[in-house]
Amino acid sequence: MRRIGIDVGGTNTDAVLLDGDVVVHAVKTPTTADVTRGITTALRDLLAAARPAGAIDAVMIGTTHFTNAVVQRRDLTRVGAVRIGLPASASLPPFVDWPTDLAALVRGEVVMLEGGHEYDGRPIVPFDERGMRDAARRIRAAGLTSVAIASVFSPLNAECETRAAAILREECPDVAVTLSHQLGRIGLLERENATLLNAALVELARRTTRAFTEALGASGLAAPLYLTQNDGTVMLAATAEAFPVYSFASGPTNSMRGAAFLSGLGDAIVIDVGGTTTDIGSLRRGFPREANNVVEIGGVRTLFRMPDLLSLGLGGGSLVSDDGRRVGPQSLGYRLVEDSLVFGGTTLTTTDVAVAAGLLDLGDRRRVAALPADAVKTTLARIHAMIDEGVDRMKTDAREEPLIAVGGGCFLVPERLPGVSEVVHVRHQAVANAVGAAIAQVSGEVDQIFQNLTRDAAIAEARRVAEDRAVAGGADAGSLQLVEVEDLPLAYLPGNSLRVRVRVVGDIAERPAPQRSR
Amino acid sequence: MAPLRAVSAEEIESLAIGAWILGTGGGGSPYLALLNMRALYAQGMRVSLMDPRDLADDDLVAVVSNMGAPLVGQERLTDPRTIARAVTMMEEYLGRRFRAIMSLEIGGGNAVQPFMAAALLDRPVVDADCMGRAFPEAQMTSFAIHDLRMYPLTLVDVRDNAVVVAQAASWKWMERLSRTACVAVGSIAATCKAPRTGKEVKECAILYSTSKAIRLGQTVQAARRAHRDPIAALIDAEGGRLIFTGKIADVARRATEGFLRGTAQLDGLGDDRGRRLELAFQNEFAVGWLDGMPRVMTPDLICVMDTVSGEAIGTETLRYGQRVSVVALPAPPVLLTPKGLEHVGPRAFGYDLDFRSVFA
Repeated sequence: MRRIGIDVGGTNTDAVLLDGDVVVHAVKTPTTADVTRGITTALRDLLAAARPAGAIDAVMIGTTHFTNAVVQRRDLTRVGAVRIGLPASASLPPFVDWPTDLAALVRGEVVMLEGGHEYDGRPIVPFDERGMRDAARRIRAAGLTSVAIASVFSPLNAECETRAAAILREECPDVAVTLSHQLGRIGLLERENATLLNAALVELARRTTRAFTEALGASGLAAPLYLTQNDGTVMLAATAEAFPVYSFASGPTNSMRGAAFLSGLGDAIVIDVGGTTTDIGSLRRGFPREANNVVEIGGVRTLFRMPDLLSLGLGGGSLVSDDGRRVGPQSLGYRLVEDSLVFGGTTLTTTDVAVAAGLLDLGDRRRVAALPADAVKTTLARIHAMIDEGVDRMKTDAREEPLIAVGGGCFLVPERLPGVSEVVHVRHQAVANAVGAAIAQVSGEVDQIFQNLTRDAAIAEARRVAEDRAVAGGADAGSLQLVEVEDLPLAYLPGNSLRVRVRVVGDIAERPAPQRSR
Repeated sequence: MAPLRAVSAEEIESLAIGAWILGTGGGGSPYLALLNMRALYAQGMRVSLMDPRDLADDDLVAVVSNMGAPLVGQERLTDPRTIARAVTMMEEYLGRRFRAIMSLEIGGGNAVQPFMAAALLDRPVVDADCMGRAFPEAQMTSFAIHDLRMYPLTLVDVRDNAVVVAQAASWKWMERLSRTACVAVGSIAATCKAPRTGKEVKECAILYSTSKAIRLGQTVQAARRAHRDPIAALIDAEGGRLIFTGKIADVARRATEGFLRGTAQLDGLGDDRGRRLELAFQNEFAVGWLDGMPRVMTPDLICVMDTVSGEAIGTETLRYGQRVSVVALPAPPVLLTPKGLEHVGPRAFGYDLDFRSVFA
């Protein structure tokens, strides 16, 4: 299978061609404002240099575009919010815990209706269908084009959400609809927040996905296009454009997955040292360990599947104090190549210290010859202490583990660390992101409460549902593997209640399954 | 009589932080209750705190709590009107008006429930509770330790369902009857427990625990703002003990008899490197064994906090790899009496241990 992986970052667009398990070629080009041109350039350079022997089977794109839109408050669509669950949860309406500036941009009509379900699937009260029809008309009158619908306990029973969507489509056929049970787990506010964010991004996602598709067409590629998600897997672009929130944090995930692939290691710690920050994460069976906690995106609480990352204010451009004792968190960033000592500037950075210590040959090393040896030693000791502590923090096992070092600043990583069996450097480490995109698989996930089943039976049932979802997403049924099982018995709920979360992943089916309506 | 003290919006924020610490792993996160309070304060409502010594002996005080499964509470979100309705329902049943409202348990989300009711009903909140922390069962209160009557109880849900438990033969029966009603309405309900007289509150409640929770929160916030160690600040301010600093190495959970039971293994870091702490929990942290020897046990408060941020960590959110500090805080004296230990000592949770306080 020949696959192209593309990472569209804030600064660079990277592309790699993989033939089977071999990285054939990799290119790096600047990201362009219109995104398309950067991708077209990257693809042209890649195909010209690599000259693939046959057709490309799949193209995977990873992008930070949608996260950035939320963080930078741009390109967002105003949305209608429908909450179904009254009389429950009435005092905390949609948007209740959003930052005011973001809410002001996204909040359109807010409607709260009777309906929703109990934890055991019983209705709270009957769904107010007439109220929904009135709401749909108000949404149409307000000229809203995107609507988020969230119903109480919809991960257990989605009936109210699907019925509401049907009524909405009768009244306003062109409106884009996001249903909360498709996005999330138990936790109404966080799931609803994800749904609202998704609804605010669908128009941008549609435009962006089309631009990606055009870029592929312009490069003469007929391969199916996939977008990468935050759990290290992909969705067909046609499906993914309806779920832009799933791409949140796909960058660090791709980087860690790429590191796993390039090193051939499944269980390891990964350290990605960039210009300004260092991300440290933990790989388990080739996938990043996920954070269990509430994750904030642009100030909004969500429950997304995010890699559990420790970010340090340390990178190749980090500023160093004159006595050498303080490092970061301020950084020169992209100005490193102008303002740092070795490049003729006057600012002392970690890169200058590394050059002075002979760890790196970059710029003009004579310009750092006068740095006092003691100060250089102090700084390196400080950097190593930061990395030691960060790596130890992300370790979950007392046994020694390998550490994979990637990123442009990985020369800062010491060769020996406590608790680390070896520091692994890999080829193509600078494009680990794009490699991670290229090797992405398809996943299916379930997070649900089961009652009156044995633990084994509940997990088996959850696994069956997760596998169905993965196949619907384009996975080859025969290749599915269980990558995560978590069960949590629930205090105070009767009937042996067990909350089970299961995730399976599989290879992309040779011929992608036809897209199903969700 | 001292005037009532208005509680500021900032103090409500501090209360939520402090109450989560006093939850000793249980009690549920106060986040949603805090959101409700922010909304009520944004509408201009204010709540006053009342010194329990200012209660007249024959004043009547409502004791409130939200009952149910924390997970259901994440979907059916707590609402001030429900808890206020439990209070007015009790007034209708008794034919008397409450002078003030107090919390059943100061640990976790229930610390904020009386404030939600008080805002809507324009009554003060009494600076007291009857646990001084969080506990899982109805008989684990200072009122129960003092053998006060455990009925009547009102229980309401968001629909128009309301239940009065007019009488119960024992605390265990009250727990069983109210739990059954709670499950029937979807495992989440607002309750007003047996009403207390001013005299009973003054003699049998745990006094000034509300202001203690606010103070705890303020200590942590001040330390964070000054970039000082919030754990050290808390220990300093409250006369606590640092029991252990480490990393969660393993968590095992199971549900039995309506509890979230389990154990967490912690590997030591820093001064504790090479040592291991095993923490057992039943909704709340109950006992800690240091290298196999009992080191800290209920009713001493066992607080597990993020080592860096000082944020409290609940037994439901414990997770591999978390860096935590385990801090013991002194228990209210009433829980340490022989009678108190019968209700909330290690044997009440099934551990065959003689209570030994880390503060003894």
